[in-house]
Amino acid sequence: MNAEQARVALASTFGVEIAAGVPVVVTVARERWEQLGRYAKETVGCRFFNFLTAVDWKEQGLEVVARVDNLDENVALMLKTRLGPGVTNCASLTPVYRGAIWMERECFDMFGIHFDNHPDLRRILLDDNWEGHPLLKSYAVDTPHPPYR
Amino acid sequence: MDWSGPERLQMNMGPQHPSAHGVFRAIVTLEGETVVAVDAVIGYLHRCHEKLSETLTYAQYPSIASKTDYVAAMTSEFAYVLAAEQIGKFEVPKRAQYLRVIVAELQRIASHLLWLGTWCMDMGGALGGGATIFLYCIREREDILDLFEALVGARLLYGFFQVGGTRYDLPDGWIDKCRATVDTIDARIDEYEQMLEDNAFFLARTQSVGTVSRDLAQDVGIAGPLLRGSGVNYDIRKNAPYSSYEDFDFTVPVETAGDCYARYRVRMAEFRQAIAIIRQALDTLPAGPISSRPALKSVAQIRIPKGEAYARVEGPRGEVGSYIISDGSAKPYRMKWRGASFSNLAILPHIIPGHKVADVVAIMGSVDPVFGEVDR
Repeated sequence: MNAEQARVALASTFGVEIAAGVPVVVTVARERWEQLGRYAKETVGCRFFNFLTAVDWKEQGLEVVARVDNLDENVALMLKTRLGPGVTNCASLTPVYRGAIWMERECFDMFGIHFDNHPDLRRILLDDNWEGHPLLKSYAVDTPHPPYR
Repeated sequence: MDWSGPERLQMNMGPQHPSAHGVFRAIVTLEGETVVAVDAVIGYLHRCHEKLSETLTYAQYPSIASKTDYVAAMTSEFAYVLAAEQIGKFEVPKRAQYLRVIVAELQRIASHLLWLGTWCMDMGGALGGGATIFLYCIREREDILDLFEALVGARLLYGFFQVGGTRYDLPDGWIDKCRATVDTIDARIDEYEQMLEDNAFFLARTQSVGTVSRDLAQDVGIAGPLLRGSGVNYDIRKNAPYSSYEDFDFTVPVETAGDCYARYRVRMAEFRQAIAIIRQALDTLPAGPISSRPALKSVAQIRIPKGEAYARVEGPRGEVGSYIISDGSAKPYRMKWRGASFSNLAILPHIIPGHKVADVVAIMGSVDPVFGEVDR
């Protein structure tokens, strides 16, 4: 389906308002995150997994963002979900996209988000003994950490 | 991951391994000579660019952005300024757009040359002396670095892009030098192809090795020559043109086999397309200003309104993207790098098992990872 059809279909399936524009931005409740990923892949045809990341909105909590594309029809979806204040759990997209394996590991490393049902959730860029998650707003750039050795 | 089994051996490749093109550790589990599992250990070059960019202004960060992918520094600067321009709705003068295209395509040639040379060296003496093609490629890449040096004064990390345009205009005589350089490279590409494609060892080591299916390629999100080598006809320059790419006449090379040889073929064809784009851009280069940005009195002078944008460019290794969320200040609230090499490298655990140890080197090289961009 093309971008306009995708926008209408997503809006009615998930009961959310979606503004016109490129990319199509869909925000759903965290309970429907995996369902959204599956719908994007199977119904909208977004088989290309572009990236997954998160944003720390401080007291409003974390937001997980993923981008997937339908390369044949040039449809780009930006999938978003707010985890809510203090929540660090999120459904994993790894059952849907294999590209999510590394992206969610990075997201766990940088934000401390636990992706349920992830097959191999451990740090990827930082050392296993690292304390804290650097991309959280509460983690200051000059946070002291003990010497490597 | 199952490491057990009576006849299994775990072997470390890296982090200091000549074929790794950087610091990369692959823990491979072997059954005899055959690899059954790979665990990729990355992060040795991690500098947390995403956190760093939250502390630097839109005037400061572009020249730091080049340090993510230091083999194609122009590309990462490009993606960052595009994202900032999208949110701030900055006009970029036509001449600046063309200059950006010229340097991006020169960068693609330089990056592919380094890839070809090092990859063939990895596969060693079977290719008629191993280092021969490496030295040939480095010789040509040098000419392009000379062009960049004449343009910005630096050979590796440029700081050529700024929000609103480019920082430098072409010096006198640059256009002629650039034409001469691409003419030379154009002729020499044929020579490399002959050297390699008439070589039975090269074909044996690359054909049907490291095959990526169309489905797996999209599922993992690999991009650029890897994606097009797996039969997906997708190039951002064509499918979502930016910076006036729609003005130029070029084709997108696609191969369907998905193996190392297909990726090689795609990149070889891209050399010629890049040269064609550079020639057209030099022929039709518009006159005019190179930036719409007024001179800065302070680094915090550029402010862009609240909003977010994801801008991407087709780099030598595929989609390089910058996702910026702005809170209206002089620095991004959040910036995500979509590093092409990170996504491309994620394909390794899916394709290496089943191959011999020697093929690991050929496959890794065909992915063309740059670890500055993997680790960011």
